[in-house]
Amino acid sequence: MMRIKSQRDFWAGVMFIAFGVFFAAVATTYPMGTLRRMGPGYFPTALGVLMALLGVVVLTRSLAKDGPKVAPLFLRPTLFVLAACLAFAYLLKPLGLVVATVVTIIVSAFGGPEFRWKEVAILAVMLAVGSVLAFVRALSLPFPIWPAFIG
Amino acid sequence: MEILGNLGLGFGVALSPFNLFMCLVGVLLGTLIGVLPGVGPTATIAMLLPITFTLSPLGALIMLAGIYYGAQYGGSTTSILLKLPGEASSIVTCLDGYEMARQGRAGPALATAALGSFFAGCVATLLLAMFAPALSRLALEFGPAEYFSLMVFGLIAATVLAHGSLIKAIAMVVLGLLLGLVGTDRSSGMVRFGFNVFELSDGVGVVTVAMGMFGITEIISSLERQDERRVLTDKVRHLWPTREDVRRAWPSVLRGTAVGSVLGVLPGGGALLASFASYTLEKKVSAYRHEFGRGAIEGVAGPESANNAGAQTSFVPLLTLGIPANSVMALMFGAMMIQGIVPGPQVMTEKPQLFWGLIASMWIGNLMLVVLNLPLIGMWIKLLTVPYRLLYPAILLFMCIGVYSVSNQPFDALLMAFFGLLGYVCIKLDCEPAPAILGFILGPLVEENLRRAMVISRGDPTVLVQTPISAGFLIAAAMLLVIIALPNIRKKREEAFVES
Repeated sequence: MMRIKSQRDFWAGVMFIAFGVFFAAVATTYPMGTLRRMGPGYFPTALGVLMALLGVVVLTRSLAKDGPKVAPLFLRPTLFVLAACLAFAYLLKPLGLVVATVVTIIVSAFGGPEFRWKEVAILAVMLAVGSVLAFVRALSLPFPIWPAFIG
Repeated sequence: MEILGNLGLGFGVALSPFNLFMCLVGVLLGTLIGVLPGVGPTATIAMLLPITFTLSPLGALIMLAGIYYGAQYGGSTTSILLKLPGEASSIVTCLDGYEMARQGRAGPALATAALGSFFAGCVATLLLAMFAPALSRLALEFGPAEYFSLMVFGLIAATVLAHGSLIKAIAMVVLGLLLGLVGTDRSSGMVRFGFNVFELSDGVGVVTVAMGMFGITEIISSLERQDERRVLTDKVRHLWPTREDVRRAWPSVLRGTAVGSVLGVLPGGGALLASFASYTLEKKVSAYRHEFGRGAIEGVAGPESANNAGAQTSFVPLLTLGIPANSVMALMFGAMMIQGIVPGPQVMTEKPQLFWGLIASMWIGNLMLVVLNLPLIGMWIKLLTVPYRLLYPAILLFMCIGVYSVSNQPFDALLMAFFGLLGYVCIKLDCEPAPAILGFILGPLVEENLRRAMVISRGDPTVLVQTPISAGFLIAAAMLLVIIALPNIRKKREEAFVES
């Protein structure tokens, strides 16, 4: 019976194999060419195969050598931080910098250890004003300030 | 006295009011962002890279170089006052720096770091000016085969510095190389790994990857730690080192400068290796080695000088060979490409003003750092007292604005979030993201040089070992792999990282 001795190595190996196979599989659909005239598929296929092989080595080793367990992913900060990025990206054009800033700050603040409404509200307002002044006024980035339907 | 003429040209350019201003802004912004806990030089440069897009090439590079020193100095400040290094290169400063701060000697520790760095920066800048032209001339002889082998060597050398498993580090390099290939293939015009997403046909931006894998990843990891941080602000009473401090520190500064200057030039070297090596050296040769770990000023003076010297000389491979030695140089490489400059030996001959102007500005930047930061230290300390729960939303917002401003597409922020998640998962699996960013930058170049080498040799792969230079790089790379894989040395390398 095979036993995983090092979880971190095991999952790292799985990740490398997955990425390697994925890239190699996609790359083989491109023209390969020859060694003399390499097509767009040649180099990425080779790299993908190399990566998968490295993954196999890492995975094999994980069955032989003891190692630490995978520390759990902390979902709360992960989700809120990533959500805040997306919120900013997709709210900026329709709703403008002010709204996007406020939403980004509030969403990301939920990812922290404690959430205090008053504090977060002050921070959001300060940063909204600050980013309009710094990025739109001073650096003249082409961002809308207010929602498109207002003006 | 060719060098004097060159430096004269450089100072002539760098001392223009506009360039001086850019240097000042860079140093200030770099320190400001770099002082934020958990934001190291790589993340700082990635965050600030977009604001340099509209500048002239020289202005942009001067500002970025200033940001780099500023960020590194900011990192030393947080190491000493918070025991919280922004990036690996200031980890060793924590050991004795924080201890000094606890004993009420934060001021002398900070001043020693600043003055030692300044001295090291001056020496390293001079060395850079002396040796860069020779190296450049050598590199002009390189053909595609030599370049391919040099890059392979550089990438392998970079993995030596990653913590943990060597195989995983190499796999991360390969992942980076593959990510670098996303977008339109230069020789066939075909879009690779685009998956019919329009935004991917231009490839993935270096800012996006770096901010995701360093910035976002770092925020999530910091939130997870949530540890109690006590800022030793009330302990900064007097700033100046005593006469005794100076007497003890200066030999360490000299040794640190020497170690840092040499190690910075190596591919994969730079500030990180320099500071670790200097601390190890100081612990062996210092007359006060019994005090190490308990607030010995040598433990601050040596590594801090070394990392600044290393930071400076790590520009050598970038500016002469066109090879970034570490993740910060990878971003500088990206910045040069965005400005339409291909890094390499031709920069010095074709754009002497840019080359020498940048080098002269490094010296000016170091001077500004000392002159500005010693008086401003109180302000940076105030910033450190702001709790992290208020800082990280602001950092995140600036990263979003930065990444969005690159192409004004929401898609970049989506990708940044993806790379943030990828970086976080990689760290959980003990795979360091730093080698990936080097691979990412070099991916298209490695492929292009391999292709050209194969065309020239009519598909004969032995061309890579036929010229002495190319064969030399490949043999060096192979030897490096064997050496690190040897059980004895592997143990030493692991110890070196564990110790700190």
